[in-house]
Amino acid sequence: MNILVCLKQTFDTEERITIENGKINEDGAEFVINPYDEYAVEEAIKLKEQHGGEVTVITIGPERAEQALRTAMAMGADKGVIVDLEDLGDQVDEHTIAQVLAATIREEDLDFDIILCGYMAVDDGSAQVGPRLAELLEIPHISTITKLTVEGDKVSVEKDVEGDVEYIDAKLPILVTAQQGLNDPRYPSLPGIMKAKKKPLTRLELDDLDLDEEEIAAKTEIIETFLPPKKEAGKILTGDLADQAKELVQLLRSEAKVI
Amino acid sequence: MDFTLPEEMESLRRIVRDFVGNEVEPVAQEIEESGEIPRRIVQMAKEMGLFGLSIPEEYGGLGLSMVGKCAIYEELGKTHNGFTSLIGAHTGIGTVGIVQMGNKEQKRRYLPKMATGEWIGAFALTEPSAGSHAANLKTTAVRKGDRYLINGSKHYITNARDAHVFTVMAVTDPSKGPKGITSFIVERDFPGFIVGKTEKKMGLNGSHSCELFFEDLEVPVENRLGEEGEGYVNALKILTNGRAGLAARNLGSCQYLLDKSIQYAMERVQFDKPIIEQQAVLHMLADMAVETETLRSLTYRVAWMTDQGMNVIKEAAMVKLYGSEVYNRVADKAVQIHGGIGYNAEYPIERFYRDARITRIYEGTSEIQRNIIGAQLIKEYRKRS
Repeated sequence: MNILVCLKQTFDTEERITIENGKINEDGAEFVINPYDEYAVEEAIKLKEQHGGEVTVITIGPERAEQALRTAMAMGADKGVIVDLEDLGDQVDEHTIAQVLAATIREEDLDFDIILCGYMAVDDGSAQVGPRLAELLEIPHISTITKLTVEGDKVSVEKDVEGDVEYIDAKLPILVTAQQGLNDPRYPSLPGIMKAKKKPLTRLELDDLDLDEEEIAAKTEIIETFLPPKKEAGKILTGDLADQAKELVQLLRSEAKVI
Repeated sequence: MDFTLPEEMESLRRIVRDFVGNEVEPVAQEIEESGEIPRRIVQMAKEMGLFGLSIPEEYGGLGLSMVGKCAIYEELGKTHNGFTSLIGAHTGIGTVGIVQMGNKEQKRRYLPKMATGEWIGAFALTEPSAGSHAANLKTTAVRKGDRYLINGSKHYITNARDAHVFTVMAVTDPSKGPKGITSFIVERDFPGFIVGKTEKKMGLNGSHSCELFFEDLEVPVENRLGEEGEGYVNALKILTNGRAGLAARNLGSCQYLLDKSIQYAMERVQFDKPIIEQQAVLHMLADMAVETETLRSLTYRVAWMTDQGMNVIKEAAMVKLYGSEVYNRVADKAVQIHGGIGYNAEYPIERFYRDARITRIYEGTSEIQRNIIGAQLIKEYRKRS
């Protein structure tokens, strides 16, 4: 079975985010595989262990993103592809990423039976790249899965739908995106880390792909980046229920200004 | 000069740090109270390959340099020292003898299973009459045909409750003093091998040290480590090799205590301001930081020297001495900064304070390290003049 995993390197979830000159400051930050993508990597390796085959991990990102691919390889992925879009600067959004991924898969002749992605990245949280990529490759997709079984070309999944479960049967080839609960990602073994250094890695830049820069240019624009307001102490209302309700309505109107 | 770790060492360190922070730290208090490391944690450590740090790749281990090992030990030092000790004693004094002095057959028989942690290793030198005076062994080994019969006892043997493979020192020729000592690889199920009671200790809970008794213990000749009479030198080499690693573990514990103390001092308010704004507290933190950083420099320098194949007898003794003393001073200040909470057994600081104490005693007391350093100074001086 040929298995592709698209992953993104994101800030460690414990990093404190600071903004400098309207941009998120990356100095000294620790980076990890986006946690949802880590579920995808784990599931891919499990599939390989059950069915044999090869796991290829793909990422788009700067040089440091190689670290994320090496970690996936240390977990058990076989090879990696990294596409550096530095030339595009800020002109990158979900549309761009999906186009570049599709082009990479086509032009590097990456055969696939199944593609796994995290359902979203914890940094921009768009949850678009997986479904967009499936559309471009003209294959079906199922998002936010919490269980995956593949037998022959038959695919059975359990999909999280706002806390309920939907059971879906489908066929390969397919793209699925991982929701929390799909699995418990393994720690890479230490010998795995040493071996990962020697696994094949392909580096690509925009020029290596047959893409029209205008066509893949971002369709959205970031107007402003700001931190959420500081959480302030809560308020506990007292008195009988009618008074509390009255006060609440008043506060929602005058303080929170939401009604 | 370059003080950065190679990228792959950093990767190893990162994974161990994640494992320690996500898996071991949450159960540290549980380990302390039950005296047992959860099996799940030990199993995970085995699957990660943590038991194979010292074992060459061809025998299924990682074959790490001393610098690489120290980077990992430093991370392991940031959590429950009982857990750290299980892995530290196995990968240090427990396996190094076979790696360095073992012949091909011995390596083939023992190292693959020790690399996976299926067989845990231990080092059995100390006896009731032979602590700091390590050559004063009473345990004897007498050759009878194709085997040795060993009689005597050991105590304070770290990992003994769970270990399968023991590097045992015994006297083969009492007339030769230290040169009459020989080392053996002994398996737990050899006839005549008896594990005594588990010692009750001040700290290092979860790490189990026991007495050992040998009653006509039968050891095949092929399990002799090196030649007859090489045992004492072997033991010193194994201990010297372990010293930088021990210091790295202490370094990790110092860093943990420093970080916890800064955090607490910033949160704890007295006299209407965080106590870190009291110069007395800030100065304690500054001293902790200076000593921790000095220990870091010395640890990695000795590790680097070891990797270059340099003679590190003096420097290894220095880093063992300094690492233990600094750990104790840092732990003492950490308790002081934390005040009542630092003394409370439901918080980790008190545990580190107790666990620090043994580091000035085991694997050569601070006083013995000073003796070694002093002897080397005299030797160097004589060479020069």
